[in-house]
Amino acid sequence: MEARLLPYFLILPVTLFLCLFFLYPFALVAQQAFGTGNGFSLDNFREVVSYWKFPISMKNTFLLAAAVVPIQLALSLLMATMVTKMQKGRDLVLYIWTIPLGISDLAAGIIWLAIFEQSGFLNSMMVGLGVTDQPVSLLSYQTPWIVFLAIMLAEIWRATAIMLVILVAGIGLIPKEYYEAADVFGASRWKQFTRITLPLLRPSLQTALVLRVILAFEVFAVVAALGGTIFPVLMGEIYAYQFDLQNGGAAAALAIIVLIISIVFTLIIMRALRVPKGATI
Amino acid sequence: MSIHSKLAGAVSGVAMLVGAFTVQAETLFWSTQARPAEEAQAMRTEVLGGFDGGVDYQPNEDGPWLTRLQAELQAGSGSIDLLGSLHGNFSAMNPDDLMDLSDLGVMSASDTFNDLAKLGTDSLHYMPWMQASYIMAANTEALQYLPEGADINALTYDQLIAWAANVEEATGQKKFGFPAGPKGLKHRFFQGYLYPSYTDGVVRTFASPEAVTAWEKFKELWSHTNPASTNFSFMQEQLLNGDAWIVFDHTSRLAQAFNERPDDFVAFPAPAGPTGRGFMPVLAGVAIPRTAPDAEGAKALLTYLMQPETQIATLKATNFFPVVEVELPDDLPPSVKAAGEAVARMSGSPDANPGLLPAGLGSMGGDFNRVYVDSFERIVLAGQPIEQVLEDQKKQLEKIMNETGAPCWAPDAPSEGACPVE
Repeated sequence: MEARLLPYFLILPVTLFLCLFFLYPFALVAQQAFGTGNGFSLDNFREVVSYWKFPISMKNTFLLAAAVVPIQLALSLLMATMVTKMQKGRDLVLYIWTIPLGISDLAAGIIWLAIFEQSGFLNSMMVGLGVTDQPVSLLSYQTPWIVFLAIMLAEIWRATAIMLVILVAGIGLIPKEYYEAADVFGASRWKQFTRITLPLLRPSLQTALVLRVILAFEVFAVVAALGGTIFPVLMGEIYAYQFDLQNGGAAAALAIIVLIISIVFTLIIMRALRVPKGATI
Repeated sequence: MSIHSKLAGAVSGVAMLVGAFTVQAETLFWSTQARPAEEAQAMRTEVLGGFDGGVDYQPNEDGPWLTRLQAELQAGSGSIDLLGSLHGNFSAMNPDDLMDLSDLGVMSASDTFNDLAKLGTDSLHYMPWMQASYIMAANTEALQYLPEGADINALTYDQLIAWAANVEEATGQKKFGFPAGPKGLKHRFFQGYLYPSYTDGVVRTFASPEAVTAWEKFKELWSHTNPASTNFSFMQEQLLNGDAWIVFDHTSRLAQAFNERPDDFVAFPAPAGPTGRGFMPVLAGVAIPRTAPDAEGAKALLTYLMQPETQIATLKATNFFPVVEVELPDDLPPSVKAAGEAVARMSGSPDANPGLLPAGLGSMGGDFNRVYVDSFERIVLAGQPIEQVLEDQKKQLEKIMNETGAPCWAPDAPSEGACPVE
């Protein structure tokens, strides 16, 4: 085989796989979204956008992403630097921190529901400590901010680890010599973090953020478990269109909207955290 | 690869092939009913165990159930032999995709059910299989707070509200529970209970002055309702953990409470309003898709399911009542006894105002439910003015009725052509 062709030959299986299981279904979804029987039309989009819950679910999805992702970024950076500084038990701590990754998001939602519901752990604890006389209903439509807080907590608990593992791997790649040099010149720990770790972590940060932001726009099961009907999000609306209303066209249109949002944010993150050409670690 | 692992691989490969063949010989029963593990197991052993041919009973959520069925229909070939689901799922399908069952020689004892099963055509496209209804249930501790002079078996909505208020006053907690969660069946309460009881209609009277009263009353009831109700979907859970003392739900979604602690709970009919005691049945059916590989086996199984003995076994397994004439035995589980009595009292009450399941809506059934659920979310949860919301939602309802051309069903007065929203 010619050396020139070898790379193309090697990526052929993946390309075929992606075409069959990503591009082809995607084309079908797009066809469903833009067609309503007689040719190209935007009726499905008009329908989903004009529904009274659309702005609310859009707002909720964005709010949740905006509240959760920055906290997760800070937390995972902190945790990653802590882990890399550890001499002993590093693997054990990493294993424990990544346990939530192995739990399905619906299960995670139900775990947190068991904490927050009226006869849940938090209430029994508060009653036991004498903070309240009797269990209070926390996840109620009258206190939407508690519902929001509970969803935030569950999301942070569940999905911080995915950023953490990427950042730990990224930090591991940074050569020790830089830190030694910084020490020689008397740079403080904070300065080392902002001047060495962060800039050299860019590619990992980029991956972690892109993954996490896309996941944030796809949040569904945790919200369904904790928020019930009072916290509609885009993914929940897609599910409702597909399975409650059996309106595949509208569901596909909404899915395309989520896809566009995801692409826009991916591009923004890629651009903001781009690694200058020719720069290497 | 060593000889051993090669051998092991070959053996497991053969085993899988054999397994695939044995599975194929069984009739695949693809169902949305009897999903909880215990019920599914009871279906397999108690109900289907007596069938001569093998049956592979596979219960699934509505989503996966429909997705696989549609895939098989679109492909024109399939592996599903028999479908089991609710009337609403079948009515959303194209009747041509379901085989004509008119000449099987079995049928339900109810003409109403048989008519529904024709899906708007002249022939039977699914077989009514089992039925249930929605009832009320209460913790016996709540009984002491019943308002004076109220008979629990003949409650009115006003008495129910007073009762819930008494409980709240005495315990300091809102103990009425309503299945308003994502999987809760709240829309059926509005369509089959609240609207018929206050307006003697569902579609025609959607935005009538009586409907405004109905929603005002419901808001009153809601003010004594556990605010966490927006997370409740199966009220047996809240009955058992004490979060709710008085609840409304589907009989099979209350069963666990009665079976676990039969002495702690009572079942009773839904309340009555100015235009009677509205209530609504739940109807499940079985059907054979046109792509069934073994239609004869499926027909045999379907006929077997309609036998009185099988119907009683089904009742014990799923808490769904027979649709054919049967003599009920004495050894029924507590949930079945409690629910059976409540339903009998409800339908036998002098002011009974039975409604029907929405019919003729085709694939718009979900949109129809959404009109009522949205009204609830906007009026009750978001506190928007009732008249304005009803006027708004009325347009949606009109659109659905006109698009489907569905005629009125009870308790609405019959219509020529599409049911009008007045």
